[in-house]
Amino acid sequence: MNPLELTRARPGEAFTVTFDGRPVTALPGQTVAAALWAAGVPAWRTTRGTGRPRGVFCGIGVCFDCLVTVNDRTNQRACLVPVRPGDEIRTQEGTGRDDD
Amino acid sequence: MTERAHLAVVGAGPAGLAAALAAADRGVRVTLVDAAEQAGGQFYRQPARALGARRPEALHHQWRIWERLRDGVDRHITAGRITHLTDHHVWCVDRESAHDKPPSNRDQHSSQSFTVYALCGPAQEEGVAVRADAVLLAPGGYERVLPFPGWTLPGVVTAGGAQAMLKGGLVLPGRTVVVAGTGPLLLPVATGLAAAGARVAALVESADPRALLRRTHTLAAEPGKLAEGAWYAGQLLRRGVRTLARHIVVEAHGTDRLTAVTVAALGKDRRIRPGSARRIPCDTLAVGHGMLPHTDLAETLGCTLSGTDGTAVRVDDEQRTDVPGVWAAGETTGIGGAALALAEGHIAGRSIAARLYGTAPDPRSWAAAARTRTRLRAFFAALDAVYAPPAGWADRLTDDTVVCRCEEVTAGAVRTAAGSLGAGDLRTVKLLTRAGMGWCQGRMCAPAVAGLTGCPLTAGRRPFARPVPLGVLAGLPDD
Repeated sequence: MNPLELTRARPGEAFTVTFDGRPVTALPGQTVAAALWAAGVPAWRTTRGTGRPRGVFCGIGVCFDCLVTVNDRTNQRACLVPVRPGDEIRTQEGTGRDDD
Repeated sequence: MTERAHLAVVGAGPAGLAAALAAADRGVRVTLVDAAEQAGGQFYRQPARALGARRPEALHHQWRIWERLRDGVDRHITAGRITHLTDHHVWCVDRESAHDKPPSNRDQHSSQSFTVYALCGPAQEEGVAVRADAVLLAPGGYERVLPFPGWTLPGVVTAGGAQAMLKGGLVLPGRTVVVAGTGPLLLPVATGLAAAGARVAALVESADPRALLRRTHTLAAEPGKLAEGAWYAGQLLRRGVRTLARHIVVEAHGTDRLTAVTVAALGKDRRIRPGSARRIPCDTLAVGHGMLPHTDLAETLGCTLSGTDGTAVRVDDEQRTDVPGVWAAGETTGIGGAALALAEGHIAGRSIAARLYGTAPDPRSWAAAARTRTRLRAFFAALDAVYAPPAGWADRLTDDTVVCRCEEVTAGAVRTAAGSLGAGDLRTVKLLTRAGMGWCQGRMCAPAVAGLTGCPLTAGRRPFARPVPLGVLAGLPDD
């Protein structure tokens, strides 16, 4: 049993996004965080101070731990942002603006 | 013709929906402003539409109540009495004072005027303003998580967060999960994760359920709640989930992600029993220690806060705050679950309708809801006492444990601020250490900093309930 079977979900057609350049399959309706979790990716940010990895924590947009860079937009909350076909998701280092 | 009185409801969870329904039933025009894609809040959170779930109720309790609520609101939406603004993230509610209100016959029923400011869409960069004669604040609450060594590792999530991702995105956080902390939320979280195919290695509850027996009088008044608890306990048994009561997670292990947790038993003195520590391999820890009310919008409006910690919006018997024209219902007035939120929302909606039309509301018309409210408040007060965070949790934090996740402030730095630097309140600790100064503005770390330092937990004073782009602020009219 998995959550899709449990709820007898018939999702729209799966599509591909990239995470740090490698392809990841996502389902329409999922958030960036959900798609990454489903792909077995638990972390997509490193902290500004000590460079420690972080991923989802609160899951409802309160904690900001899941910040990520999507299509070159930094500081997106992965638990709120819907994933779209072709999205380029990148691990965000620090504030995500270190290259500027 | 005079335009009908207009209520803005912030939050489309149980409280907001019940209030919107009660007010719209009585002829009030309602705008429901909510951050989610679909109504329901956290309690009735459903899979995203595009996931095409044909049996969403499989992840829910009391789905029938939700269906009645949803159908009622849908009827009003179809009839044009309720407008539902989805994907609208409210960052401020502003009150226009009576004396600078332009003369108008727009509204002969109330002397107040409010503007609800929201950011819309996934990018949250576009501003929207909703004008209303009255406001109901029903923004809900969020989870309290107390720190422990290893709690910042990827794979450690809040219990409610794991549940939200499961209900909304139909994903599991990992394969082997430990659910830990304290409070009634842990039961549905563990049950839901197990039903959806995760291996729940243990449910670790720090409280002593036997303490519930000492409060049988209050608890027996809520047989439905007790039956609910028993149902979850049965589900966990059936799925082979072992429950470790009077146990805590003392440490989460891993380098770049969680690989195991160490749990230990609490003795009668609520301290760790020597030799009781054991390691449980897992890739996910879903952890929570109760909930806190969202109070930012109320605070900015000037509503008085009260409650056990002084962190909930104070309301009267009609669910009115002490700011005229502003009502509050649900978790924002004190944590008490969906049934209490429904009762409070129902009362608020009726009160609002009467007040907006200049008539004195008749409390007898909501007597049943008021009785439910009284019973459930007493019930949750009793639960609160049982499910308090375990004594000594702050002492167990090593000096290098991160307390403020955003600013990476350690327990050692916080102790120094309160110790040799003499900080006596959360604000001073924040200024000395930056704990609470990051993205989440102290929502995650304030309870921990308070517990570590002995400072009273006070509601954070935040002018905006969420980050607002400067462009949106700059685009506001000057008045």
